[in-house]
Amino acid sequence: MAAPAFKNALVRWIDHRLPVFTFLQHELHEYPTPKNLSYWWNFGSLAGIVLVVMILTGIFLAMHYTPHTAFAFDSIERIMRDVNYGWLIRYIHMNGGSFFFIVVYIHIFRGLYYGSYKAPRELLWIIGVVILLLMMATAFMGYVLPWGQMSFWGATVITNLFSAIPLIGDGIVTWLWGGFSVDNPTLNRFYSLHYLLPFLIVGAVLLHLMALHRFGSSNPLGIDVKGPQDSIPFHPFYTAKDAFGLGIFLIAFAGVVFFAPNLFGEPDNYIRADPLVTPPHIVPEWYFLPYYAILRAIPNKLLGVIAMFGSILVLFIVPWLDTARVRSAKFRPTYRKFFWVLVVDCVVLGYVGANPPDGWFIVTGQVATAYYFFHFLILMPVLGLVERPLPLPHSISAPVLKPAEGKA
Amino acid sequence: MRRLISAAALLLALATAAEAATGPKPSAQHWSFSGIFGTFDRAALQRGFQVYKENCAACHAALMLSYRDLRGIGYQEDDVKAIAAEAKVMDGPNDAGEMFERPGRPSDKFARPFANDKAARAANNGAFPVDLSMVAKARVAGPDYVYALLTGYGPAPAGMTVVDGMAYNAYFPGNQIAMPAPLNPDGVAYQDGTKMTVEQQAKDVVTFLTWASEPTLEARKQMGVKVLLFLIVFTGILYAAKRKVWAAVH
Ligand code: HEC
Ligand code: HEM
Repeated sequence: MAAPAFKNALVRWIDHRLPVFTFLQHELHEYPTPKNLSYWWNFGSLAGIVLVVMILTGIFLAMHYTPHTAFAFDSIERIMRDVNYGWLIRYIHMNGGSFFFIVVYIHIFRGLYYGSYKAPRELLWIIGVVILLLMMATAFMGYVLPWGQMSFWGATVITNLFSAIPLIGDGIVTWLWGGFSVDNPTLNRFYSLHYLLPFLIVGAVLLHLMALHRFGSSNPLGIDVKGPQDSIPFHPFYTAKDAFGLGIFLIAFAGVVFFAPNLFGEPDNYIRADPLVTPPHIVPEWYFLPYYAILRAIPNKLLGVIAMFGSILVLFIVPWLDTARVRSAKFRPTYRKFFWVLVVDCVVLGYVGANPPDGWFIVTGQVATAYYFFHFLILMPVLGLVERPLPLPHSISAPVLKPAEGKA
Repeated sequence: MRRLISAAALLLALATAAEAATGPKPSAQHWSFSGIFGTFDRAALQRGFQVYKENCAACHAALMLSYRDLRGIGYQEDDVKAIAAEAKVMDGPNDAGEMFERPGRPSDKFARPFANDKAARAANNGAFPVDLSMVAKARVAGPDYVYALLTGYGPAPAGMTVVDGMAYNAYFPGNQIAMPAPLNPDGVAYQDGTKMTVEQQAKDVVTFLTWASEPTLEARKQMGVKVLLFLIVFTGILYAAKRKVWAAVH
């Protein structure tokens, strides 16, 4: 690959010694991208932008936040009231977490629908699941920082899960807490890790992008790019499309930040943490509710914890669980139906997770949990073998060309 | 698309179900501060402050508020100084090493009615009068709930016995509350001729408490309108740009 000729002399001088401009030219400008990507392909770049927004707002919050059980709650209120535009920074960070999960969950379901995890993109997918796990850890620890009632009790309930591990469980919990209950040492280490993990996510995202650029994006048809007629340069085509998508996203985001900033939050978290008062319902943030439902669906604590972690870990092996030969659900009429059943199943799990575990919620949670694992562990492998996919189009440009222009 | 919509509807149901609490649902009031263009009614804020000061501050602290914050509800610098000076604040140690009392200053936090939480409980039958500066945000449907609570006193329904020292309240979880009905008709003397009904006082004090829980609410909404207008126009331009760029592809 020859270095492109840059017009600006300074750029040429730098690029000769440090080929960053060549790199950008290849990876952004020329980077060939299938011409038929739909708007579902916007969510990857959106996630990246939200990550940057989270890191930037987080750094400014950290300038005013005090990680101590006696001051944390007040320091947050000080940010809300006395720091210039502190309310804006905090509401962006607080709701940015929720929007990050919305975007990434859509991104993951996009992958499941279009079979984006299939060869040769297995590692790309696996790195994605690693990112999801890192995000979950980051969000969980971030939620503890304001030291409200839900911060404290959520942290207590979730860290206590590790006590289900036989023999060493209690020891692990004490070690995690740095004491005999969730207290100042816990808050301090959560703060430290909450600052660290986003940068690990950045690292994982870079690997994610490296793996992506090896074979390029998949596409709604799930067939490979056959030649130059199937692809277009990323810039300006997808930069323009991503920018428009970003605009739509920002409208939704700003709508919540400015007009319903506590929509995703629990009012209880505006009550200072009190180890002596247990709130009537302890619920995690909405994006953890499906896992919480799976945890509580199983009467045995250890098995519940295993199922909860298993529900995410199963994603790691999805590339091998799915035995179908075609990628896209567009050509898999049966799988396509079950895909939507899975989406509904996850929403039901979230609904169950938000409610106290009694009455019909218990049964519903158990059925939904069983179905979740059934989908991945049984349906995916079996359906891939027995389902007859629809005929695939010849190439990406064949179906998008007007009939009159014909196919070369 | 239909599936998407029904999924969204389910999510919405989920959000509301999570909010379902015990007791009757407080009915939604009309508040000056709700809606996209909502602002606090200044007169209601000042009346609400009066109700708070005369009827609630004897039991409840408002930990997050300083006297200087009252500039935000329309008081002038001198008014704030005078209000602050009514409070006695423990300060020190002075050069002789002694603590001393002095009149409050605008930079002081609102004076607390009790020296500590234990003293507050001791004076209230063991129940803790919560911090009022956050309560409008710290309850589901905060302003509607506090309004319902303040106007929800009355005789207990037949068959229910209310423990000694407790009052019946239709909206408090468990229906027995350690706070005696704090509002009475004509309990405060409004200067501006507003009717001094319990409902009016409740409405005013809740307006004040909502401001207290988020003094930046107006700034937030005003900025939000501008940001949204900008984003809508800008996204329109981005859409046009996208169409133009892609015209060659289709
Ligand atoms: C005589 C002391 C006293 C006065 C005066 C008083 N309160 Fe209370 N308040 C209490 C106590 C005690 C509680 C705790 C009740 C309980 O836990 O049963 C309480 C609780 C509350 C709560 C919390 C209810 C909940 O959901 O937990 C609110 C809101 C409240 N008061 C508002 C007010 C307002 C507004 C005023 C003035 C109009 C006021 N109070 C005046 C003693 C008082
Ligand atoms: C911080 C979170 C994440 C960021 C910033 C991110 C970023 C991106 C970007 C920019 C793309 C290319 C655009 C696109 O295809 O949408 C992409 C593609 C992809 N991502 Fe992610 N991602 C994140 C999380 C995840 C997760 C959690 C998974 C899966 C579990 C995942 C799986 C994939 C896959 C499979 C592709 C390739 C899709 C295709 O080309 O068909 N990503 N990611």
